[in-house]
Amino acid sequence: MALTRVNPTRMELTKLKKRLQIARRGHKLLKDKRDELMKQFMAVVKENMELRLKVEEKLQGLHSGFYLAAASTSPKILEESLIYPKMKSRLEVGTKNMMSVNVPTFSFDSKSIENGDIYSYGFTFTDSRLDEALGNLGDILPDLLKLAEVEKTAQMLAAEIERTRRRVNALEYIMIPDYQENIKYITMKLDENERGNITRLMKVKDMMIAQQFQTKQ
Amino acid sequence: MEQNRSYLVAVIGDRDSVLGFRAVGFDVHFAEEPQDAGILLKKLVRDGKYAIIYITEPLFTVLSELIETYRDLTLPAIIVIPSVSENSGVGIRRIQNSVERAVGADILFKE
Repeated sequence: MALTRVNPTRMELTKLKKRLQIARRGHKLLKDKRDELMKQFMAVVKENMELRLKVEEKLQGLHSGFYLAAASTSPKILEESLIYPKMKSRLEVGTKNMMSVNVPTFSFDSKSIENGDIYSYGFTFTDSRLDEALGNLGDILPDLLKLAEVEKTAQMLAAEIERTRRRVNALEYIMIPDYQENIKYITMKLDENERGNITRLMKVKDMMIAQQFQTKQ
Repeated sequence: MEQNRSYLVAVIGDRDSVLGFRAVGFDVHFAEEPQDAGILLKKLVRDGKYAIIYITEPLFTVLSELIETYRDLTLPAIIVIPSVSENSGVGIRRIQNSVERAVGADILFKE
């Protein structure tokens, strides 16, 4: 580790020791945070996985249903049937604090789904398969929403974990060893000075004694 | 971010895949070409009206770089859905990606 030039003084030493202590405490706290985040993240990811598989499977079925319906209805009529939807999906977005990460929560605005009727057309010109497909779509709507919420949460937690992990590592492998090294350097320098002082004193004392001895003779 | 404001849901994709979402009141935007979709997506994100933007897989694959830049925003949540013609597991891979990012290693999907 490259030694940063520090003044080998007692003041600097005290300062560094204090910093080291703070760094250690920060390291411990961040490590705890990381562990807890990880725990929650694993739960979220598991849910995310299950939801995604479920939604994808259902959507697949839906697509084929819709495709069939579209095939048996003329595109114009199909377009027309869906041109003015009966409901407008509005979402209430709140935030939930998850380990100081603000994750969004989505819920349907209650006004938008008063009745289960989503068919925006008369049944005269359209295929019953269309009704079916749209009905299915209405059914998976809550799952679709939940998926968005969970997936976003997972992504945000992942980002936060990454950040925290970086900080932990920076403290553990760079900051703390750096401080330790500097502290060691200063202590050694100070000790060295101390020893120098003592030898000097001893030498001076010897010289003084020798001088006194000479004058006595 | 404002609490409990009312937001909309958008869907971007090819006509066949997303037309049906109109019935449930999502804002459906058609885009067959990736460039159009990119411009559209940027516009939708900038708008700030949308909490969730669903995007079909083929478009997502092409636009993944752009979408990556929105990853750390709280809103909107950009979510992949399979299209009529394609379901190659991009969504699953995205989860995998999150895990890798968090843990530093792939621990869920070891094969």
